[in-house]
Amino acid sequence: MLENVKQVILVLSGKGGVGKSTVSTQLSLTLKEKGFKVGLLDIDLCGPSVPYLLNLEDQNIHQSPEGWVPVYLDKEQKLGVMSIGFLLKSRNDAVVWRGPKKTSMIKQFLEDVYWQDLDYLIIDTPPGTSDEHITVMENLRQVPQCSAILVTTPQEVAIEDVRKEITFCRKTGIPIMGIIENMSGYECPTCSECTNIFSSGGGKSLAEISKIQYLGCIPIDPRVGALAGKGLAAIKELPECTTSKVFNELANKLSESNINGS
Amino acid sequence: MSGVPENAPQHCPGTESADAGKASACAGCPNQNICASGVPAGPDPAIEIIKNRLSNVKHKIIILSGKGGVGKSTVTSLLGHALSKLNPDINVGILDADICGPSQPRVLGVRGEQVHNSGSGWSPVYVTDNLSLMSIGFLLSSPDDAVIWRGPKKNGMIKQFLSEVDWGDLDYLLIDTPPGTSDEHLSAVQYLSQAGVTGAIVVTTPQEVALLDVRKEIQFCRKVGLPIIGVVENMSLFVCPNCKSRSEIFPATTGGAAQLCAELALRPLGALPLDPLLARACDAGADFVRELPHSPAVAALGRIVAEIVNICNERNGS
Repeated sequence: MLENVKQVILVLSGKGGVGKSTVSTQLSLTLKEKGFKVGLLDIDLCGPSVPYLLNLEDQNIHQSPEGWVPVYLDKEQKLGVMSIGFLLKSRNDAVVWRGPKKTSMIKQFLEDVYWQDLDYLIIDTPPGTSDEHITVMENLRQVPQCSAILVTTPQEVAIEDVRKEITFCRKTGIPIMGIIENMSGYECPTCSECTNIFSSGGGKSLAEISKIQYLGCIPIDPRVGALAGKGLAAIKELPECTTSKVFNELANKLSESNINGS
Repeated sequence: MSGVPENAPQHCPGTESADAGKASACAGCPNQNICASGVPAGPDPAIEIIKNRLSNVKHKIIILSGKGGVGKSTVTSLLGHALSKLNPDINVGILDADICGPSQPRVLGVRGEQVHNSGSGWSPVYVTDNLSLMSIGFLLSSPDDAVIWRGPKKNGMIKQFLSEVDWGDLDYLLIDTPPGTSDEHLSAVQYLSQAGVTGAIVVTTPQEVALLDVRKEIQFCRKVGLPIIGVVENMSLFVCPNCKSRSEIFPATTGGAAQLCAELALRPLGALPLDPLLARACDAGADFVRELPHSPAVAALGRIVAEIVNICNERNGS
């Protein structure tokens, strides 16, 4: 499974709505802009956001003799995307499934998608530490080139859930690459006063306490928010903004480091 | 309705019919033996127990959202505080059904408390005289502890919460849920099917990416026959504490909750502004309603609560 993938990156967070899907899509787009071949797998079955964020909502998955062909964002097939969103007839359709059904769907996503050769496979997950996560971990156990990025927002309510996710990673033996703090501050467009709506620094102190690398903080930037639904890379459209810098650094770190289970 | 399962073979006589397990169509069905044995599984006995246990609860409200981080727990705690302040004789209970990420103990400021088991069941933790809470957070020994459970175990926990907590007489039981449309939600609805749920309150934020998941949740409610009380929009406007100008942090590019309500014929209950002080109060577990009575969020909350109380009374009257 996934033999042709050089590196697998799980984007995790115990908490919902902290920006896992935004980080996953922007990281994929950044790596794609840098010339890598990237796959993005969305295993949030009850709330798939990736198709919307990348403006791929009306696309379909095709079956080939080798397996499911992912949806490609570009003609050069640099970024392939797989999500349950592509399998639903209408965007209002709900996936009302209990655990075992979700488990088998995720297994299929991991085993039956024909990704071809990939430099990176980014896996976007739902919040929590339950069926989806257990399944993905169990299946990725045989994949040595796998690590996790944790996303959090600065409030303690979110940090509390992310701590649980750290325990989950440690229990299941998945190396944690680092923590990203999202929604760190908001600059008022009128007076430029920066307000820490959800307080600040929580991600950094969490990284220090749990001895995990801190990968930077992303402010609330409505310009980046506006890229949602367009499938555009922040690094290309807004090269000067903080978000782009964080993703640029992150992509560099990824391409430099050869994570050997550290 | 003779109980033909969705995935039954063709010409299935139905699990409750007299021919169950005996018709020709049953040959080869993996469940033939179960049907033929004449003791169909029947409804879970817990449903009846839960009905009795919650017979003294007037209104049972489920707080839902397909999306995470939109403020389900915040809205639940605010509603809990606001409802319990309407009148000291009103008793409110909050059940935190988010097993993997329980936030209520922190938001309500009762972290580190213990639940006790008595002859009549688990006694919940009392935040104030008339506001009680039950959450899996009370059962964990450390905040780092992760609950790494698959569906069936989570369902068992929810069943226990619903059937074994001694709430006493309650006017409102608010059930806070995790994001999604999966085990926790199905179980809560299923176990409460006989107890009679007043309805669901759907929480959303204004951006399309959240509304997208909320639409799925509304479809879920309709599929399982859960009435929707209305929609609360959270984090709708940001008021800069410095210059008091308003801005949209999460722009409602597709019309926000108002458009969603119009599209799906739902009742908008109101909008809560994004207030940094509210976020801080949640972290500290402070009672926002009491500490900052002049905040625009509290004014908005007051209107939402009045609306909910009206709807609940209407539903009970009819």
